[in-house]
Amino acid sequence: MNPAWSVIVFTTVAGAAQGLVVVVALLTLFALRLSQRFADSALWLAFAMLLVALAASFLHLGRPERAWRAAAMWRTSWLSREVIVLPAFAGWVVLWALWGRAAPLVFAAGALLLALLLWWCTAMIYACLRFIQEWAHPLTIVNYTLIGLASGAVLATALAAALGEAAVQHAVAPWALIATALAAAARWLALRRNAALKPKSTLQSATGIRGQRVVQMAMGMTGGSFNTREFFHHRTLAALRWVKLGFVLLAFALPSALLLAGLGSGSRWAFLLAALVQAPGLLAERWFFFAQARHPQNLYYQVVG
Amino acid sequence: MTAETLAKQLALVIDLDVCVGCQACVTSCKQWNTSGAAGPLSDQNAYGAQASGTFFNRVQTYEAGTFPDTQTVHFPKSCLHCEDPPCVPVCPTGASYKRKEDGIVLVDYDKCIGCKYCAWACPYGAREIDEERQVMTKCTLCVDRIYDELLPPADRQPACVKACPTGARLFGDVKDPDSDVSKAIRERGGYALMPEWETQPANRYLPKRGGGVGS
Repeated sequence: MNPAWSVIVFTTVAGAAQGLVVVVALLTLFALRLSQRFADSALWLAFAMLLVALAASFLHLGRPERAWRAAAMWRTSWLSREVIVLPAFAGWVVLWALWGRAAPLVFAAGALLLALLLWWCTAMIYACLRFIQEWAHPLTIVNYTLIGLASGAVLATALAAALGEAAVQHAVAPWALIATALAAAARWLALRRNAALKPKSTLQSATGIRGQRVVQMAMGMTGGSFNTREFFHHRTLAALRWVKLGFVLLAFALPSALLLAGLGSGSRWAFLLAALVQAPGLLAERWFFFAQARHPQNLYYQVVG
Repeated sequence: MTAETLAKQLALVIDLDVCVGCQACVTSCKQWNTSGAAGPLSDQNAYGAQASGTFFNRVQTYEAGTFPDTQTVHFPKSCLHCEDPPCVPVCPTGASYKRKEDGIVLVDYDKCIGCKYCAWACPYGAREIDEERQVMTKCTLCVDRIYDELLPPADRQPACVKACPTGARLFGDVKDPDSDVSKAIRERGGYALMPEWETQPANRYLPKRGGGVGS
């Protein structure tokens, strides 16, 4: 697939916002060291990020003025379900930020549920496409959830460090490290699975032409089409390998090392740096997620002629 | 999700034994469908080196076998009007739908938001977004033609079928066992594309005759 920046920004920014809210929700539910100042800052930051994500998702649409129609088919479409859950979650977060002191446990539990539901909807948009074999697996759901959770926890630690909320910082940082390690492990499992995948479709099954050797001579156009633009990333395998190495380092390895350094030294800068380093890593990870998916339609578009 | 069994399913049957790759079906399809009430199928850079545009139908060419025992196969490709179309349930607005009365898979251009999710959900690459109108487009089996009682009965067929000089394109109801398309599928071993994904394409392809390379 050709990764779309709108979708990359939407899924990474919304995922981190969800993770950030989940951290506040868990701190609230387990009555851990949570200051009101930190909770308010985190919730408003998450809400702002959700607005950025929502704006990015609009940029993906050819006809954004009709976006309201997208809530209609929630019975069958995971995209429609996401379209309903995202504003519900964002609305819940802003209500929590405004009036959460009245019933913090209710708001925390609701936010936790909505965040999980949103990760599920977002991931299922990809995991439900059975013929995109790289995506059609429960690991897609696990990865969207864990990467969102890890990036949210790293962000929460950085926010606590920036605000000088030492108690929150000490409470969250170890969990940020654990979440990042778990996310890395699950992403590694997905990489390993995808590397061993054998495409179910072949040029023979796609055309029904029998024979050991079937090659395309012409794809029916010379100047390209939607099919050649949307489903091919047009990058070299070497570029893909660099992006993979880049996201393994930036999204997982370096933030983990910086969190460890922060936990060891107590330096606020290590936590701030961890979040800064992770941001481009998350974008690279999502870019790779899309680029690595081989759509079966690509079998029909092998040769210009 | 299991497919709802419809009483009628219109479809094309493509005879690969007689297709000569002349592209007449491609141009007639474009001409008919760019001229209708549904709006133009736009072109980009039409007279430049990298011309591109919206088409419902493409003819591709494949080669099977190894020299000197090779066979050239011209392969027309358009929406297969699946009986269990994966593009329909994913559409968030309901713009993408399958008609109960005749099984044609259509896009309501007034409801489409151009999210492209249906194209991702089609393993065949049968859908193309119109870059100018920013809505998803696809073969309609010339739904604005086949029921038009102002046309002589012989012309109430998809434009591509009418245009084919070798009769490589048959059109009819594949649920009617006595239709020409059903007979051709039975007698010639008409097959479905990518059967592994269980989309149950309504369109079928008739293989090359003779049983040699590429059949």
